[in-house]
Amino acid sequence: MNVLTPANLRRIGNQRRLVTGLVITVVIALMAIVGPWLAPYGENDIVGKPFTHQGSWLGTDYLGQDVWSRVLDGGGSILLISVLATLLGMVVGIMIGVVAAYIGGWLDEGIMRLNDVALAFPQILLALLVLTAVDQPSWWMIVLLVGISHAPRVARVSRGVALGIVSRDYVTSAEALGESRLRVILAEVLPNMNAPLLAEAGLRLTYSIGMVAGIGFLGFATNPGAADWGQMINENRLALLVQPWGVLAPVIVIGIFTVGTNLMADGIAQLAGRGD
Amino acid sequence: MTDLATSAPDATAATPARPTPAGSAWLKWLARRLGLAVLTLWLCSVLVFFATAALGDPVRAILGKDYATSPERVAALTAQLRLDEPVITRYFQWLGGLFTGNLGESVANGLPVGSLVGDRIVNSAVLVLVSALVMIPVAFGIALVSANFRGKRTDSVIQIIMITAAGLPEFVVGILLVAVFSTTLLHVLPAVTIAGGGAPPWSKPASMILPVLTLVIAVAPYVARIVRSSLLEVLDSDYVELARLKGVPERVVLRKHALLNAIVPGIQVIALQLAWLAGGVVIVEYLFSYPGIGASLVDSVRNSDFPMVQVLAMTIAGVYVVVNLVADVLSILFTPRARTAIAS
Repeated sequence: MNVLTPANLRRIGNQRRLVTGLVITVVIALMAIVGPWLAPYGENDIVGKPFTHQGSWLGTDYLGQDVWSRVLDGGGSILLISVLATLLGMVVGIMIGVVAAYIGGWLDEGIMRLNDVALAFPQILLALLVLTAVDQPSWWMIVLLVGISHAPRVARVSRGVALGIVSRDYVTSAEALGESRLRVILAEVLPNMNAPLLAEAGLRLTYSIGMVAGIGFLGFATNPGAADWGQMINENRLALLVQPWGVLAPVIVIGIFTVGTNLMADGIAQLAGRGD
Repeated sequence: MTDLATSAPDATAATPARPTPAGSAWLKWLARRLGLAVLTLWLCSVLVFFATAALGDPVRAILGKDYATSPERVAALTAQLRLDEPVITRYFQWLGGLFTGNLGESVANGLPVGSLVGDRIVNSAVLVLVSALVMIPVAFGIALVSANFRGKRTDSVIQIIMITAAGLPEFVVGILLVAVFSTTLLHVLPAVTIAGGGAPPWSKPASMILPVLTLVIAVAPYVARIVRSSLLEVLDSDYVELARLKGVPERVVLRKHALLNAIVPGIQVIALQLAWLAGGVVIVEYLFSYPGIGASLVDSVRNSDFPMVQVLAMTIAGVYVVVNLVADVLSILFTPRARTAIAS
């Protein structure tokens, strides 16, 4: 099944929200990836007195490091952790949701009840609970925590989408042909879910970025001292009055990034809703 | 034609005086729903306890660098937290404590947890309720305007603003508001909540404006969006068309027919967002140093103060479960069709 036919590309091009969101997301992602090579100073170079206008155009931070260089350096970790957490949450959530919808019966009931329990936790709370018992979180721990906190939400959405598919004729006929259940899920159910799930992935990416940066903002540093947008806000927070750019620069970049991913998710949802 | 119009004619017939079997079916539904809520809360307690107490090493997390150097403090803490007992015993002791009000003592300062969280729960509740009271009319207002101008420029501008606001993490909104109103552009509102001497934060109303505004901006877009789409659904229905044909002015149509029918989906999404607020306050309270459970939770997590974290997490989960329960009951009560569906 080829998604990128000329007709489809034209439809995507006509979706202004999707295109705008995509452009913003790609620009910020590129900035996070290429940034370290463009930075005028190293992420830990002391270029002047703390909280002054020395260094390049955004001034210095709490240790006298260059804010602009740290903004360019500090996106990679957030981008990587957010994307991996989104992938993890999507894969685990889709697996749970599709299996629940396809098998049905008491298994479905049981899985969804447990899911309700997981949903009773605000996402950030789950992360905080585990961080209580951890002295210094590693980056993969944040991936796990954020990803797992997405899974129940993704599971609910993908179960809903899958329920509409498992009762279709082509699934029944694949079963009648004697195909294994795993093959039916992989070959018949999943490929027909991709548009709504893509929209969900965009939404999850938006929340991942917010949560990963939020955890840094709350002061749970995975790598103290390294440049990181979330941690930068926390480090320079007390000087908002004197040197606002140490805080505002990372805040604005995070804001633009999440607005971009959210627009993208919304555009995909509109495309999907119009009927595929 | 009634104000609260329903499309199924048999539903309206069944509503005025429900016969006794319907009443008992309704009670049965309620009992089942309550049982599920209790079950959910119990599983939450298992999750909270094991995520905090069993996954890592509490003593190591509390002592940090002292862990290796002072074995006597390790031993003392192990005894204080009763870590030498099996984890199942500790879980049931803790669960029993939750019921009897014996919440344990804070590891950080040795004070009873109950006395530390009491005031803070009230403060957070006030923050959430004030935010909800501001947010609900704002969201319904935005939805009304947006539905009224459907497909026109006003509508699409509102849509774009809503999507933008919905995408922004709450700390981004909060910090931008602080920069605009209190530190960088203007200097009109306090950036942090300072109420000296244990006075409640609302004794200085000005300091509550920015936290409330942040929460409203974080939540209103979701509510407005759902209400708008249910408004549009109603506006396209046959009975609204009939009301228009009868010559009912558009404003009355919008207010009486459409708005009343958007209440039920509105309740659901408001409940969902209220429950979200219970967790969303964590970051907002930390940002504004608001003395509520959220800020307290962040501090306790940083200090590895297990008893505090467990109680605060259970409080937030409890709020979520109760709010959802109330929302389910309310939406059943407001939907005649659902009431009859339960009865039959």
